[in-house]
Amino acid sequence: MSDVKKFLYVNRKAPYGTIYALESLEVVLIGAAFEQDVALAFLDDGVFQLTKSQETDGIGCKNFSPTFRALGDYDVTRLYVERESLEERGLTEDDLQEIMYEDEDDDWAEKPSICVISRAEMADVMAEQDVILSF
Amino acid sequence: MSTLHTVNKSPYMTQSLVSCLNHCKEGDAVLMIEDGIYGGLAGGQMAPIVEEMGKKVSLYVLTPDMAARGVDSSRLLEGIEGVDYTGFVELVTKHDRTQAWL
Amino acid sequence: MKIGVLVSEGPYTHEAVDSAYNFVKAALAAGHEVPRVFFYHDGVNVSTRLSVPPQDERNIQENWTNLAKEHGVDLVVCIAAAQRRGILDKNEAERQGKDADNIAEGFRISGLGQLIELGIQADRLVTFGD
Repeated sequence: MSDVKKFLYVNRKAPYGTIYALESLEVVLIGAAFEQDVALAFLDDGVFQLTKSQETDGIGCKNFSPTFRALGDYDVTRLYVERESLEERGLTEDDLQEIMYEDEDDDWAEKPSICVISRAEMADVMAEQDVILSF
Repeated sequence: MSTLHTVNKSPYMTQSLVSCLNHCKEGDAVLMIEDGIYGGLAGGQMAPIVEEMGKKVSLYVLTPDMAARGVDSSRLLEGIEGVDYTGFVELVTKHDRTQAWL
Repeated sequence: MKIGVLVSEGPYTHEAVDSAYNFVKAALAAGHEVPRVFFYHDGVNVSTRLSVPPQDERNIQENWTNLAKEHGVDLVVCIAAAQRRGILDKNEAERQGKDADNIAEGFRISGLGQLIELGIQADRLVTFGD
């Protein structure tokens, strides 16, 4: 087996109601230092983590949604979002934050990190991983 | 290459089992543990859904969790196999990865 | 085979930590290696030595401590999650100016890198949570 493993962080829970989304992001940020092949998956209520306009002053919790926009600086550039999960919740890609990264292999061109894929494609992504961490 | 999926919630409470089955590939296994064992019950509203969606995978339930909840194997959907913790470990080793549907 | 375990739910409220314990015992009995169990989210609460469950109930922390002693399983508690929830070892307590520590024997506090390292080194990673 090669030294680099494929890690997938699976997010199926909404933010703020529980701490899972925030602590999942903490693992992603620490894990980035290990130079593995990392991707994030957002499905079911996990898609709510990426919505725009989160404003948490009224509940006294830290708004961690801007952190997703910094993931590109950690070389975490693949955020798979399940289309069916969005549709079931009345959301479209326009409801999600714009998350970009600079592609060092393409003259630092700005590219979107979010990749909306079908449920069948999500199953394919899951099936090609070495390690799946669920939050 | 195949995956062992674990589900620990009742399908009468959450979508986890349905979402899991929606993402399974042919040859995968789904092990229902803790409150997840209720997903294996015959006769309930979810039974036909689990039966239909579970066709392409092998379905298992953890017997100590069944016994704790007073669920006898005669109450299970046909084709579901009971395993103890030793069987759970065997399933983990037999499949290439484990995915928990929390 | 090397099987790593992640526990992401706390004791007594959820069955997850009991399932993890039973799983690890079965894996060891079958001759597998369980190099490390990583405790995250409320799972860190397993490691307080100050819990006093009724005598006729299982003592979750003691069970894990004994497992670590007997089989050399490395029980690692995530530092970030532990600090949020008031789980401290002696060094951390001193560093944070707290008047006590509470981590039980057999557990150690360390960073999330230990979870990633476990994922890299183990042949399988099994997660128990809620």
